[in-house]
Amino acid sequence: MGHLRGKLLPPALAIVFSLLLCGVALIISGANPLSAFGAMVSQVGKGTTAVDILNSTGIYYIAALAVAIGFQMNLFNIGVEGQYRVAAVVAAVVGGSIALPTGIHTLVIIIAAAVAGAAWAAIPAILKVTRGVNEVISTIMMNGLAIGLSAYLIRRDVFGELRGNNIRTAEIPESGWMPGISFAGGGTVFGFIFVAIALGVGYWIMMNKTRFGFELRASGESSTAASAGGVNAKKMILVSMLLSGAIAGLISLPELLGRDHTFSLNFTAGIGFSGIAIALLGRNHPGGIAFGALLWAFLDKSGLALDNVGVPREIVTIMQGSIVLSVVVAYEVVRRFELASEQRRVGRELGTVGGAA
Amino acid sequence: MSSSTSVGTDEHPAVVLTGITKRFPGVVANSDVHLTVRRGEVHALCGENGAGKSTLMKILYGMQPPDEGTIEVNGEQVRFRTPSDAIKAGIGMVHQHFMLADNLTVQENVVLGAEALHGIGKKARARIIELSGRTGLNVDPGVLVEQLGVADRQRVEILKVLYRGAKVIILDEPTAVLVPQEVNELFDTVRGMQEQGYTFLFISHKLDEVRAIADSVTVIRRGTTVGSADPKTVSSRQLAEMMVGSELPSPETRESTVTDKVMLDVRGLTLKTPDGSRAILEDVDLVVRSGEVVGIAGVEGNGQTELVETIMGMRKAGSGTITLLDKDLTKLGTLGRREAGIGYIPEDRHRHGLLLTQPLWYNRILGYQTRKPTAKGIWLDTDGAKKDTERIVADFDVRTPGIDVPAAALSGGNQQKLVVGRELSGDPVLLIASHPTRGVDVGAQALIWDEIKRARAAGLAVLLISADLDELIGLSDTIKVMLRGRLVADADPSTVTPEDLGSAMTGAGSTSAAVQETAVVEEGEN
Repeated sequence: MGHLRGKLLPPALAIVFSLLLCGVALIISGANPLSAFGAMVSQVGKGTTAVDILNSTGIYYIAALAVAIGFQMNLFNIGVEGQYRVAAVVAAVVGGSIALPTGIHTLVIIIAAAVAGAAWAAIPAILKVTRGVNEVISTIMMNGLAIGLSAYLIRRDVFGELRGNNIRTAEIPESGWMPGISFAGGGTVFGFIFVAIALGVGYWIMMNKTRFGFELRASGESSTAASAGGVNAKKMILVSMLLSGAIAGLISLPELLGRDHTFSLNFTAGIGFSGIAIALLGRNHPGGIAFGALLWAFLDKSGLALDNVGVPREIVTIMQGSIVLSVVVAYEVVRRFELASEQRRVGRELGTVGGAA
Repeated sequence: MSSSTSVGTDEHPAVVLTGITKRFPGVVANSDVHLTVRRGEVHALCGENGAGKSTLMKILYGMQPPDEGTIEVNGEQVRFRTPSDAIKAGIGMVHQHFMLADNLTVQENVVLGAEALHGIGKKARARIIELSGRTGLNVDPGVLVEQLGVADRQRVEILKVLYRGAKVIILDEPTAVLVPQEVNELFDTVRGMQEQGYTFLFISHKLDEVRAIADSVTVIRRGTTVGSADPKTVSSRQLAEMMVGSELPSPETRESTVTDKVMLDVRGLTLKTPDGSRAILEDVDLVVRSGEVVGIAGVEGNGQTELVETIMGMRKAGSGTITLLDKDLTKLGTLGRREAGIGYIPEDRHRHGLLLTQPLWYNRILGYQTRKPTAKGIWLDTDGAKKDTERIVADFDVRTPGIDVPAAALSGGNQQKLVVGRELSGDPVLLIASHPTRGVDVGAQALIWDEIKRARAAGLAVLLISADLDELIGLSDTIKVMLRGRLVADADPSTVTPEDLGSAMTGAGSTSAAVQETAVVEEGEN
């Protein structure tokens, strides 16, 4: 029970703390914090907001899972951003240029996206394994390259076509779409949300029940102990980066398969970076990440509601930032406290004296 | 301050500790400790690892404040907030692990932090030369510390505290890093300085040394002082029993269980530094048979660690072959070698043996993630792992409230028992034990020795690396001496003495028939 408290207390405290912080920020900027928070909560019931929040929760969830796989072994995959961008273009181009039966067509698009994401992540992974290049540096650079590559691929003389003011890839035929669940007037929940849930379950099983998950966690906890225990560090880096990239490749699919059916200039960017924050928030735990993604999506959508009551929407960014910071601090404090109390408990139950010299 | 060579009773003692108590989370490191050190004596403080010696010295040296109790120096009650308060009161400490900057000269190391005393120029140099004589250090103050041997580095450490005006010098396990000949030189230095009026507090658990050097002995057990003894009349065994509070274990294995069945066969093993410039291991041949314990003796840093890690596949050999029970391991990785039947007790259990924040049963899986009872195919068998961890906890007497506590919560000895229990499970054919009882208490030590002996009797081959020469001689059936990456001599443990081994380890050549040189030592002094 104390175990559960240790897991839930820090995020709760962090959220309360950041609410207070934002309240102060609101008062300084001359707004009424109560009415602002009221507007944020009441927006959920209006129009398609609830469904929108759910949809972007799913997208954030996939992004955070991709980041979390790297985090589990202390790999900082900043490149999720670039990986899903490249994967989105490739998936859109592949989906728009082939004709296959319904279902199979969708499956091919999903596989293409995962392979493209993994391939983009393979470059920094191989650099790290063979040359020792730090993955933080290389994945940031790959993000820059991804923007250039995607812009090139949708040029009209490559795979792009002009529609009105927008340049985009050929539209994916209906056989490649993924149907959602429609609420009359309330919007449509992306069908891919269920894939996101399945990914979360798969992630949990992998981390807790498989040898691969054990080796991943052992490497993250102590690379020296892992190598003495027969874990091949290079293989783990390569496999976890590829896996992280493959999942990153799926980030754009809810929108691509469920709504847009094409890659265009309106592409939603920045989800990879949010994924990093949400993975931190959720402590790499599939349940924690789900909660973090929901919170993130809720705050994102609040920006609009705040605009309506005359409060600067940037307050949302402050809130997101302060939550992440205070969660990280709170977990560290609780972790140290728990380790010390565990040692006290062991000492007490054994009645030992000495041993601390 | 008057310096008297006689051990006077009319004067105030140099140091009196009264009723010192210090608590840490989960443990009482010191409780109600009483210690009186008379001026001009060598006072030994004995106790097992973890008995609370180091904590007590940290309190005396101002590194940690006591929760209760008082400290008196020369009859005056003092309260030390930092080590510099202790230094001002004339107390200096020489740490077990040297705190020297290798890339600075002797003079720079000594003066560093004490520039206010005699500046950093000629005056400082003159003072250092004057004090060097007292410590037996015969090197120019301008020499870089990296060029000094271990014994001279230790003298530089003593010089440092003298330079700061210490009259009472704490030596924390000073002989741990020295070979027997160097220990004798250190003792000569200590006696010489004692005649000049210096007082020593000598911390050790090596009882022969304590009896050789000390004027009086205080024994500390489980955090509290249990008594004093006169080293001239007490025997090592009596002292040891005071330390342990019970009957003593012994590492000795008398009946030979060696068979002629070769388990590990290493041939021509060579390892180079990453830049390829220098050989760390050179042409090592090694055979370990079923039921045999082969011990490797050597001063640390002569390639023992690398030999073990190369056999384990954690380092890639330049050339040579490794065969285990007729199976060629040379091309296998660490996991493959473990699966072939090697158990591995690493020298540093925190770095290489355990996942400290994970529960005990999770640690049981490490190294066994592909085998029964902790895994089934690609799946972990957590129930199997938990059940088998319960078995280890029971059979190896791991003192823990349960198998769900993180490994970091256990004491060093219990962590080590868990590691030994794990590495002896799954019927290994070879156990590589690197310093298996380093930093563990006597109880755990006895248990670990017993388990190694039992496994040996059942036909296990053991490769033992240890800095504890008594352990090495007591457990081994064959001893090989390692020097500069080569196995240079064989010794017969039934006749060899620690002194003979010490000579061979430093390359000084052997005078004993018990040590047979097997290779020509380049750059040998003899």
